[in-house]
Amino acid sequence: MNIEQNNEEKFIKLKEKSTPSEKLFELMLLFCASLSVLAVVTITIYLFYRGAPVIFKVGVNNFIFNTEWAPLSVPPSFGILPMIVASITATICAVAFGVVIGIMTAVYLAELAPRWLARILRPAIDLLAGIPSVVYGFWGLAVIIPLIRKVFGDDNPGNSLLAVIIILSIMILPTIINLSETSLRAVPIAYKEGSLALGSTQLQSVFKVQIPAAKSGIIASVVLGIGRAFGETMAVVMVAGNAVQMPESFLSMVRTLTGGIVIEMNYSEGLHKDALFGIGVVLFIFIMIINLVLNKMLKKKVIR
Amino acid sequence: MNMRTKVIDRILKVFIWICTAFTVSILLFIVVYIISKGIRFVNWELLSTNYSSYKRTYGILPMIVSTLYLIGMTLLISTPLGILTSIYLTQYAKPGKVLSSIRFAIECLAGIPSIIYGLFGLVFFVQTLRFGASMLSGALTLTIMVLPTIIRATEEALLTVPLSYKEGSLALGASKRRTIFKVVLPSAITGIISAIILSVGRIVGESAAVMLTAGSAANFPKSIFEPGATLTVQLYYMATEMPKIFHPTLTAEDLTYAIATVLIVLTLIINLSATFTGTFIKNKQIGKGK
Repeated sequence: MNIEQNNEEKFIKLKEKSTPSEKLFELMLLFCASLSVLAVVTITIYLFYRGAPVIFKVGVNNFIFNTEWAPLSVPPSFGILPMIVASITATICAVAFGVVIGIMTAVYLAELAPRWLARILRPAIDLLAGIPSVVYGFWGLAVIIPLIRKVFGDDNPGNSLLAVIIILSIMILPTIINLSETSLRAVPIAYKEGSLALGSTQLQSVFKVQIPAAKSGIIASVVLGIGRAFGETMAVVMVAGNAVQMPESFLSMVRTLTGGIVIEMNYSEGLHKDALFGIGVVLFIFIMIINLVLNKMLKKKVIR
Repeated sequence: MNMRTKVIDRILKVFIWICTAFTVSILLFIVVYIISKGIRFVNWELLSTNYSSYKRTYGILPMIVSTLYLIGMTLLISTPLGILTSIYLTQYAKPGKVLSSIRFAIECLAGIPSIIYGLFGLVFFVQTLRFGASMLSGALTLTIMVLPTIIRATEEALLTVPLSYKEGSLALGASKRRTIFKVVLPSAITGIISAIILSVGRIVGESAAVMLTAGSAANFPKSIFEPGATLTVQLYYMATEMPKIFHPTLTAEDLTYAIATVLIVLTLIINLSATFTGTFIKNKQIGKGK
């Protein structure tokens, strides 16, 4: 007790020594740090201020559950359900592919790869993360779409939900691989040793012990991948075909929420333009839900 | 080990190899395919001329200039802001409501997709503040976007500075502020540089946000209040519109491959230098340990 009190006194003395200019400096730092909070608040306010009124004007139900998007006809119709469905379908399918391939690659990097190979592969995966999304989109236009046409017959345009899914599942690979690998490596080595000592093979140990132990990190990587896929814009716009319709098959053209915003932004006016910001608000709400889930996941694991 | 386990093990191993091979070969396919088709068209004429029907040139100099503008202006604001924020987070902040709300905000910023930044920039910088579609609006939008990248990477660099450095400086009577500027920041400098390189990569690769805030006109921005298309925006325009090119033999497709090649080469350079500074930090740390 006595010692504690002593420490307390010392601490107070130290505190007293801080000069006004030190105090001012700390305040300035706090100001810079709180700009991030200010940015999030401002983004939210302005986005809703610009995009929310139109949703209520059109009617929440009518905006979200109407399947007809005809902003230029008289009277106009602003139903974004086809875009919501397209975005969700594309994201789920892309993540399903990306997760399997991504986690397996992460297992290889963390467990099986010889050190020299892992050293080469990791920068390669970073490169995959760094390639601009328009380049992915262009590559999709040049390679994936002709390929789809070749496989499914020339009467298909090629621009399709399938093309979107393929491009997105490639684009989210680095996100899933990096975070999964980190969390696999964070599993205490004793877990692996214990499992090996009990006679399991290397892979049994990986799949029955290490992956379950790294579960929350891996799930976080998947949620992050979902966010990436859902918010991706340019690459998707370039290969989706962008017709607003409920997708009937993987070969139908689709327009995602993100595509819905950029495609008509240049020539829209009045209520039509407002509606595009309305799509932005819906997208923002989806993304924020994904972020909150991610935040919960990361807190559990304390990856920081 | 019984037969069944052995077989399952083998199958799984092969499956893991296939998945890894898939990841790597897709990367190689994209890079090799685009570069092999585009490198022929990357020449001095492409890099040094305007895009103009009047002069019959098709070059990408204006886009390079626009991209450089955005990189310069964005870094000018976001680097000091990011570094000061991470100093606060690592050296001053005490656990509590303030710290956790700042952390949550940074995480949110990192998770917001670029199209939302674009919409916000359009409403706030372009329309409300009346900066118009311009380099300034684009740079301010990008500043918010790259902030989480810089903050996170700088924070990591600051956390690797050994406590003894700080203690030594404080023991010599230096103030906390002096310690941070003379001891902590200099020993984290390579980490901070790689944070900056990472954000250059994000700026170069960004398209949706800049298209909405900095415009898509293929003109030469003469001041920060003028619009201009970046390399990525021009690539998008070329690939989707396939405009007529003012050249007897070249097509829009050739030019698109050329721009894509330039972008991939830039990404390669940026990534390699980030990796290089990263290894440099690691080597230094190992040196310190002994």
